[in-house]
Amino acid sequence: MDTNQYMEMFIEESKEHLQACNEHLLELEKNPENIAIVNEVFRSAHTLKGMSATMGYEDIANLTHKMENVLDEIRNSRLHVTAELLDVVFVAVDQLEEMVLDIAAGGKGKLDVTDTVQKLHKIETGEEIPVAATTVESTVVSNIPQENWLTYDDYEMTVIQQSVEQDFFTYEISVKLREDCLLKAARVYMVFELLEKMGDVIKSSPSVEKLEGEDFDEIFYVALVTTELSEDVQKKLMKVSEVTEVLVNPVTLEQLKKRNNFELDKVEENSVMEITDVIEDKQQIEKIKSPEKSTTSKNNQVQSSKTIRVNIERLDILMNLFEELVIDRGRLQSISEDLHNSELDETVERMSRITGDLQNIILNMRMVPVETVFNRFPRMVRQLARDLNKKINLEVIGAETELDRTVIDEIGDPLVHLIRNSLDHGVESPEIRIAKGKPEEGTVVLRAYHSGNHVFIEIEDDGAGINREKVLKKAISKGIVSNEVAQTLSDKQVAELILSSGFSTADVISDVSGRGVGLDVVKTTIESLGGSIDISSTEGKGSLFSIQLPLTLSIISVMLVELGEEIYAIPLSSIIETAIIRSSDILNAHNQKVIDFRGKVVPLVFLENVFDVPRESTDDEFHSVVLVRKGDKMAGLVVDSFIGQQEIVLKSLGAYLSSVFAISGATILGNGKVALIVDCNALIG
Amino acid sequence: MTEAVNFGNLKVVVFQLADKEYVIPVSQVQGIEKLIYITRVPKTPSFVKGVINLRGVVTPIIDLKNRFGLGESSLSESTRIIIITLDDMNVGVIVDSANDVLDIPVNSIEPQPEVVGGMEQDFIAGVAKIDSRLLILLHLNHVLNPIKSGV
Repeated sequence: MDTNQYMEMFIEESKEHLQACNEHLLELEKNPENIAIVNEVFRSAHTLKGMSATMGYEDIANLTHKMENVLDEIRNSRLHVTAELLDVVFVAVDQLEEMVLDIAAGGKGKLDVTDTVQKLHKIETGEEIPVAATTVESTVVSNIPQENWLTYDDYEMTVIQQSVEQDFFTYEISVKLREDCLLKAARVYMVFELLEKMGDVIKSSPSVEKLEGEDFDEIFYVALVTTELSEDVQKKLMKVSEVTEVLVNPVTLEQLKKRNNFELDKVEENSVMEITDVIEDKQQIEKIKSPEKSTTSKNNQVQSSKTIRVNIERLDILMNLFEELVIDRGRLQSISEDLHNSELDETVERMSRITGDLQNIILNMRMVPVETVFNRFPRMVRQLARDLNKKINLEVIGAETELDRTVIDEIGDPLVHLIRNSLDHGVESPEIRIAKGKPEEGTVVLRAYHSGNHVFIEIEDDGAGINREKVLKKAISKGIVSNEVAQTLSDKQVAELILSSGFSTADVISDVSGRGVGLDVVKTTIESLGGSIDISSTEGKGSLFSIQLPLTLSIISVMLVELGEEIYAIPLSSIIETAIIRSSDILNAHNQKVIDFRGKVVPLVFLENVFDVPRESTDDEFHSVVLVRKGDKMAGLVVDSFIGQQEIVLKSLGAYLSSVFAISGATILGNGKVALIVDCNALIG
Repeated sequence: MTEAVNFGNLKVVVFQLADKEYVIPVSQVQGIEKLIYITRVPKTPSFVKGVINLRGVVTPIIDLKNRFGLGESSLSESTRIIIITLDDMNVGVIVDSANDVLDIPVNSIEPQPEVVGGMEQDFIAGVAKIDSRLLILLHLNHVLNPIKSGV
């Protein structure tokens, strides 16, 4: 079967399914007992298996098949979700992704996955898998059925927490009595007596009253805090006559917390309305206020609107054709103004309105939710947190915020960099956090929102913040600032020093963020997108990186200027202001003409000389000057006259003229002619 | 490929430059345009005339005569811009006139003779003699290699 025609669809859909797997697996890690999530992952894996088998990619089909088996076991409650199990599944998903990317790049999608397949097989058949060295969580699989879990109130949790800190173990013990046991209460008494000798019983199910009243079947559960080993506890309890089975199950604080959250979630789902008036927990308030955050998986299903995939090239062509239309509209308008024909005027008027609406629709079609970039971060943060032995909770807010496709494609890498930075240098290790009186788990918030003609993306952490002294010391030693200047800088200015080139605050170059590139790369990328980055930080409290981006790259504001017969566009983002100066105000400094602009010496650039504009020389007494900046440096561009400010559609000069000096692109004016865009950065040395 | 290959024939566009006739494969020609307003691009070689707005796409224009070192094109009514597509790149070339579309037998194309009117030899892929006409086949990759203007 010729499958080439389906290739693009296959790759796109595979990527989507893998992304869905990633998201749902992360969700599953938080709610390990939620079978609905397992079903979601299963469905994605199943579809992927089918598609790849049809397309003839055996390796993908095999690996997904194994993964599916494991998921099936979980679904049927024969396996329990553990961090280790998820690690292996995540590796599998990563490898699948790698293979799909290989196919997308024209490869055959081959990859040696025997190791992962073996691990999955071992999990499936219940064999132990080697525990990765970094894992700290317990591997013990809970063998107490979920509905009989003991739940703890705040007080009991505190007791457990304190005992953990004093190196006590917490066990959940199920004791089964013989069916024909005659004096159940007596057996319970004996069991409790033994337990009290070993440690403290903090909870029992059913309650002690009910146990004493023999109001239970053969099994009862207790939670015990002790220093004894679980085997010993079990052996001692088995000595009690008529006890047939004792299961001792060590539990960790994390497990209990997760379980509590899970319980809360369940309650929430059932009775969201009731909760609203009793909630105290801030987290819950948040969840209810923004349900899409806490219950993403459910909403996604509902939200899936009807869409059609369109090649971005076709959109570009549509955009180009549309611009032609806009230019013709301009011509029509001027013709109708000259002719004063009311019918023509009316028609042109109508056409203008329709094209205006069309323009909005076409620009909107290029807008993509920032989600497409954000959704890879939860996985990354999970992995990084494990690598760094830190506990980190990533909150994503405003993932539905839309940005132009071209910006979306560029913004991923800078964000990766900033998040890595927050995780590595910002959020402290759990021990330090506890010592500082902060919650053990650090929070990193990734936020996106619209404001005016811009989109803001923020990365906020509640970590250590930026250490002024450390940064200054480093900056001085690297020669970025002088000693004297350093003392006068504000905290904000100091924070922004970490964006200068050649700067890295890490004492030790770590695998995570010390890759030889500093945050200056981030700054450069963002500025090349026409955006800016801002840092605010409070030492000990955390940092906030705020990125401001233009809504779209294809339309920018410029100042049109005239040079002889030619028209040039200067991006408004570079312009400080415009001025008219007298010839007598121009000074000479080392063959360089300069002006005194508000007490600052600013060099002049005569654009007609730079661009060799052909014309007869004119000796005007007045010169029009556009003051532009590049970082802290300024220059005055001397032009003939200002035409005015305008929104223009950015166009490239094409591959043939790949790098022309001081020209960053072109645009098409209302009269259909091309105007060149001046690259101010190239003109300022 | 299901497209019928007319074996042995090459479909070409013939154009005039000074007193010679040149050809380029029709598959590389996107269109032939009348002369429109060209915006000069500063700091580029003299044969780069500038850029035009070709239905919304900014397209660079080069003066072939100047490129071949035969002086400047004198613009007239018959002057045409041939839009050539080459490796994802569109470039327009100014020619004195676009004359014809021809099928020339591939076996009639010969390597260029040692001496061809002093033109840079790199630009010529071969010559074909059809009846009494001498057609010069251009090596477009050499004629249109991208320009990088330094600082």
